[in-house]
Parts: sequence; C-alpha cells; structure tokens
Amino acid sequence: MIEVQDVYFTYPSGVEALKGVSLTIQDGEFVAIMGENGAGKTTLVKHFNGLLKPTRGKVLVDGVETTKVSVATLARKVGFVFQNPDHQLFSETVEEEIAFALKNFGFSSDIIEKRVTWALNLLGLAQYRKTSPFMLSGGERKRVALASVLAWDPKILILDEPTIGQDYQQKEKLRQFILQMKAQEKTVVIVTHDVEFVAECNPRVLLMRGGKIVADGEARKVLTSPAVLEQASIVPPQIAQIFIQLSDLGFQKEVIDVYEAREILLKAFGRRKE
Amino acid sequence: MSFFDGLRFRRVTSPIHNLDPRIKFVYACIIFVIAILFWELLPLIVLFIIQIPFVVVAGVKREWARSMKGAVFLASIIFLTNFIYSFINAGYKVTLPSLEYALAMTLRFLVLVESFSIFFLTTSPDHLGLALEQTHVPYEFCFAFTTAVRFVPVLAEEAQTIMDAQKARGLELEKGNFLKRVRNYIPILIPLIVSAIRRSLELAEAMESRAWGAAKKRTNLYVLKLRREDFLFALITIGILAAAIFIRLYFRIPHLEEVLAGFA
Repeated sequence: MIEVQDVYFTYPSGVEALKGVSLTIQDGEFVAIMGENGAGKTTLVKHFNGLLKPTRGKVLVDGVETTKVSVATLARKVGFVFQNPDHQLFSETVEEEIAFALKNFGFSSDIIEKRVTWALNLLGLAQYRKTSPFMLSGGERKRVALASVLAWDPKILILDEPTIGQDYQQKEKLRQFILQMKAQEKTVVIVTHDVEFVAECNPRVLLMRGGKIVADGEARKVLTSPAVLEQASIVPPQIAQIFIQLSDLGFQKEVIDVYEAREILLKAFGRRKE
Repeated sequence: MSFFDGLRFRRVTSPIHNLDPRIKFVYACIIFVIAILFWELLPLIVLFIIQIPFVVVAGVKREWARSMKGAVFLASIIFLTNFIYSFINAGYKVTLPSLEYALAMTLRFLVLVESFSIFFLTTSPDHLGLALEQTHVPYEFCFAFTTAVRFVPVLAEEAQTIMDAQKARGLELEKGNFLKRVRNYIPILIPLIVSAIRRSLELAEAMESRAWGAAKKRTNLYVLKLRREDFLFALITIGILAAAIFIRLYFRIPHLEEVLAGFA
C-alpha cells in the first residue's frame, strides 16, 4: 500500500513540481497517472520508491516512511521501469542486464538463472539471451528494461510511459501482462499519455495538472468527462468521443470500451428494426 | 552534479549579464593571470573578495555558492598535495609558511573557479558562440564549442536520470571499499557514454538535414557591439591588472607570519 500525505516537492532548481498531493493506492490496484507534460506525474511516482523525498509531507510504502530507508531497500518492493531504456542498459548481454538487479539484491546464482529465464520468456526475449542489448531495436530494449525489473518480482510495479514505441501487438501483450499482475494482487502504477491504452485497460485514473491531482476515479468516469480532461490537456478516447456526441440521442455517456460500445449500438439498431 | 550547476546559465538580465561576452572573457582571463602572479595568501584573499560585488550585481549568488561548494572537493585535494609537498620540503615539520603556501595554492584555484563561474553564469551559450564568431574563430570551432557548453547541463541531467534508474534496480553507489565503489559507477558511465555518442550522431544528422555548412559566409541575426558599460568594465579590469602588476613589482607582500606577528 502506498500512502501519499499532502506532499510538496520542490526541485533544487526552484521548480515546485508537487503542490499538496494526497492519495492512497491499495494493494492489487491498477492506477494510471495522466496529465500534460510537466504536470508532476514522473515526480510523483519517483516518490514511491524513494528516489525523491518530499520537501513537505509524507510518503509511506507499506507503512514505512520513504525517508527512513534507502532506495535499494525500497526497490526490492517497488520496481520502477524508466521511460527511456537507454538510461539503464549497460551490460554485454541481455541475460547479464536482467541479472544485474538480482545480483544487487543478493539472490543466489541458481535462483538468478531461473528468474532470468522466466523474465526472458515472459517478454518474448529468449532468442536474445546472449545478444548485446545495444543491438536491439527501441521496442526490444524497452522490453529488456521491463524484464530486468520484473525479474525480481516486485510487489509494486511502476511503469513510466510503457507504451511509447511499442506496436499494437506489444501493447496488447503489455495489457495482458498488467492484468495478470493484477490477478496476482500486485500493484501496478503506469504514467502515460496513451488514452486509448488506458481506455482498454479501465484502471483507476489520476489526472494531474500543475503539481496537483485534479481528478481521481474509474477510467470510464474520468475519461468521459470532457471538462475534467480538458483541464489536463487530454483528448477523450475515440469511443468516448462518439458517445459524448451521441449523448443527446439518449445514449449513456460513460462508455470507453469498444465491445461495450458495440453491444449498446447493436441493441439500439435492433430496436429500430422492430 | 552540483559542480555543473555552477556552470549552468540561467536567463536573467543584470548589468553583468548585458556586458559584452568578449569583455567578460578578458576579465576572467585577467583574473586568472593575476592569480598566477601571486603566491602569497593576502593578495589572493583580496582577489577573492573583490569579485564578490560582481556576483551580487549579477544576482547569481545561489548558483555561485553552489559552484564554489562543488569546487571544494578539488580544492581540498590541491590543499592536501601542496601541504604534503611543502611538509616534506620543510623537513617533515608543519610550519606556518608551508601552511600558508598550501592555502594560497588552494585559494588560487578557488579564485579561478570564481572568475570563470561568473563568466559562465552570466553569459548565454549563444552569446558565447557569437563572441567567438565575431573574433573570427572558424565557425566549425565556434559551433563545436557552443554545442559542448550547451550539452553540459543536458548531460548532467541525464547522468542524474541514469543514477536514478540504476538505484531503482538496487544499485548502491556508496557501498563497498574504494575499488568496489569505482566499479559501482560502471552502470552509470556506460549508458551515459552510449547516449552521448548516440546523441552526437543524431545531432550530426539533424545538422546535415538543415544544410549545415551550405554557405561559406554566414550572417548573424545579432551582432555584438561594445557599449559604454563594456568599456567601463574593461577599464575596471585593466585597472585591477595594472594595480596587481604594480604591487607585484614595487611592494613586498607581507607573509602570514608577519601579519600575525603584527597583531601580537
């Protein structure tokens, strides 16, 4: 469980990135943090594993204040995958890259071996085991970065912009994977601009703007209220746009799922035919 | 990274910011020369203090303090090596002159950092390039120089992100003995170097696609012109230099020992 209590954060440069953020993320929750560039999304999630410490207020991870423990200790519980994989890849082979964190956490070598194989298979990277991560494509490097964090099986997973540079198939895999994590009672927090991806996943959505949370709720509620979305410079997902347009014909507004939309529309057409 | 912060330019205006970059560069160089002229502690202290008004007028106190703090590590190394050297020279004894010598060498370095951080903190990279270009330095060199200067903060920021990313994977930089600690930086350095190379290749492509070097003779949107304030500042600088040379040649500078004796 992550508890954020009235957190303010000011960067050394004097920029105040968080201005009084409070929220609680329960175990097993799936949360998407959205908002315009510079809204403080990444700053907020960096507080979850102690990379940044609040200037004012408190952040508690499973009841422990992040200022009391080192990032490495917190990292065991909170996995953080950075936006740009090039900021972390350094090993000669993909295998070593994934093993790096496991070694840092002091796993024994046979467990490391097992976990690396597991992570490679999970993300479809098995054929690159002995390849240099620098030889891979952008999307593959991103998956290696993800694998290197998943390998130690953190309880809470933070993904900063996980869908950037991924094709539809990979995004779908990512979605399946997140749902799987959710089924295992793991907490997943993603920071993203990808409305369509969020619409498909239907998580809890936090909208941020100017260092504050402006909306917090189910995706189908938040992503279908144009007034709130506009504040955070987000365009509603396509399905929501259609249903917002159709609302004066008596359709319900809160629809973001393609299949649900199909059902509603078919039912409506069916009624016409009769 | 705090050391780089001291060299990072922030766009503000002040009488010092508006000065011609060429004059400011001459200033920094002259202070450098004066610092070399003296090896006694007293004049170096004076040299350190007379620059503080410039910092205050430019309104960069905080950044300046940060760069001075960043210089502390190197300064202490300079102090230690000089002190050990003069300690051995003096026949394995701690003497006041040897202490003064070590302090003076350290202060000389600090004066240097001070003058150049005033220069860098108050001069935008664009102005710097312009100044180079208008002193007829070939454009390739100007461009390489300004690009290098401009990328220092970018690189510093990137280093910070990389450190965060590796810490998030359980890397503890401060763990282990000296050798282990140096090794701890490998996961930071490799991504940093790789991304710097990638970035430079991308930059080269971007430049070529914008017809870099297509025209032999370039024109500039802004042209630097010396104004009255620039001449005034140049005059002050030359005045300081003249005074320094005069003092060097015609005065005997009291040593710390004598000053302390004077008080006693």
